[in-house]
Amino acid sequence: MAVPLIAAREIVKSYGHVEALRGADFTLRPGEVVALIGDNGAGKSTLAKILSGVERPDEGTVEIDGEPVAFGSVEEARSAGIETVYQDLALCADLSPAANFFLGRERLKPGLLGLLGVLDNAAMRRAAQEACERLGVRLASQTAPVSALSGGQRQGVAVARAVTWARRAVFMDEPTAALGVVQTRLVLDLIRSVRDSGVSVVLISHNMQDVKAVSDRVEVLRLGRRVARFDTANVSMEELVGAMTGALGSQDDGGPGDSGRGSGA
Amino acid sequence: MKGVRLGRSQVVWIGLVLLALLAAFSALAPRTFPTAFNLLNLVSDAAILLLLATGMTYVIITAGIDLSVGGVLVFSAVAAAEVMDATGSLLLGTLAALVTGLAWGVLNGVLIALGRIPALIVTLGTLGMSLGGALLLTGGVDLRAPTDLNLGLGLARWLGVPLIVWICAAITAALALMLAYTRFGRHTYAIGSNAEAARRGGVAVRGHLIRVYGLAGLLAGLAGQLSLAKYGITGVSAHSTDNLQAIAAVVIGGTSLFGGVGTVAGTVIGVFIPVVLQNGFQILGVRPFWQQVVVGAVLVAAVYVDQWRRRARDQ
Repeated sequence: MAVPLIAAREIVKSYGHVEALRGADFTLRPGEVVALIGDNGAGKSTLAKILSGVERPDEGTVEIDGEPVAFGSVEEARSAGIETVYQDLALCADLSPAANFFLGRERLKPGLLGLLGVLDNAAMRRAAQEACERLGVRLASQTAPVSALSGGQRQGVAVARAVTWARRAVFMDEPTAALGVVQTRLVLDLIRSVRDSGVSVVLISHNMQDVKAVSDRVEVLRLGRRVARFDTANVSMEELVGAMTGALGSQDDGGPGDSGRGSGA
Repeated sequence: MKGVRLGRSQVVWIGLVLLALLAAFSALAPRTFPTAFNLLNLVSDAAILLLLATGMTYVIITAGIDLSVGGVLVFSAVAAAEVMDATGSLLLGTLAALVTGLAWGVLNGVLIALGRIPALIVTLGTLGMSLGGALLLTGGVDLRAPTDLNLGLGLARWLGVPLIVWICAAITAALALMLAYTRFGRHTYAIGSNAEAARRGGVAVRGHLIRVYGLAGLLAGLAGQLSLAKYGITGVSAHSTDNLQAIAAVVIGGTSLFGGVGTVAGTVIGVFIPVVLQNGFQILGVRPFWQQVVVGAVLVAAVYVDQWRRRARDQ
């Protein structure tokens, strides 16, 4: 059994009097898509924020490749190869896809112009174009501002950006929430191609169809704790909903001995 | 490449408005308006405001505002006049103007970025503080510039064009290129477009805002020294509407008050429209007060068009 890419144990996080997480566990293995599901207020987004460096836990440990880490910022999580696609997209609507793609990591021209801070727009445009094409995101133009794109294309840009910079794992918080049927399928295909490129994906979603369609495993949070783990192939929609709502008892079939999921399926 | 398509199209039509004005005044006053002498007058009148408006362009693209520029200009001019009076050194005077301007700008930036006070309030406050400070330093009486500044830099020409115009044009051109082609410019647009996205992307938003307001202050300081050279006095009461003139120029030039969109080229046109109107009305014998009325109407129209485009775009 490989060492988990991310292992979080007994994470506690409170906001004032509200306990968002009360000893939550989470495991992500290399090269898998894990759906993190739960009802509203179960703590999914809080857990994702902690694992991607946006927030710090009050208690508990996070390990990357078996080594304990404490992310103080998004940058630190990033340098560990972990990227996040935020629910509200976090794109600059007035900038082009390529400018968004390289926001905060702009490429400069070589030589003197680069020392003056001059951007290498052509190189960035090419790289963004290539990344989008690799992931099947088709954009009419790499120069028109993001505001001119459809919701699905914007999501595609946000996902492609995260995936390009992520070396290890991508967190996606409700990536299909605002999308139509066709665009949702595009994003799900995207998730699969990310996984096939060797980067793990954590999909946070309310949508059980999406979860069934794309994930390898499911981890269920309820009231700030992990209450169940499933292999997606062996679980029914009813069991997932039951675990989320607490209608089914606590169930943990995903212990360390669980290696039933064949790789490369 | 940048998110300036909205701005760019507005630059085109507002540029046509400027050309139409130039053509109209040339047709109405063919012997007095389109002369080298008069056109030099035009650019001389516009040059110093151009510096303020260029700094304002950066500020407004970050979705901010700087009401303090006129006060900072006067304060820097007073500081420069006093230093030159005390030391006799024009260089030290220029340095004093630049340093005081930069300091006011950085103060604005720190209060806005770190203190999280709205830019409108911060810069309204520093407008009062800098103007009041200038009055305290001078006792309310205008200081005179040293004669060798006023008769030197103030009158100097190169290729027939005042040196002050060359200085302002060169700085404006450099800042236009910086905004369009560098990482500093890109981050300026990004912050105005979506500050949270910029922060999450790894842009040091607070530091960048401090630098942008610092730049606006620095330019106001330089404008103070140049206006001292040009007019020979500190003009403590002459700059109370500089901020509005600069903002109007920026907005007429297609920069959006909502941030994220704009160009320095548009601002240059936006500076010239009021100047051309004033000059043309004077030559035609129209009462100059009409200039204020017309500029006000152009300003409202420019913002209306900007909002209308945005609504059309966001649908």
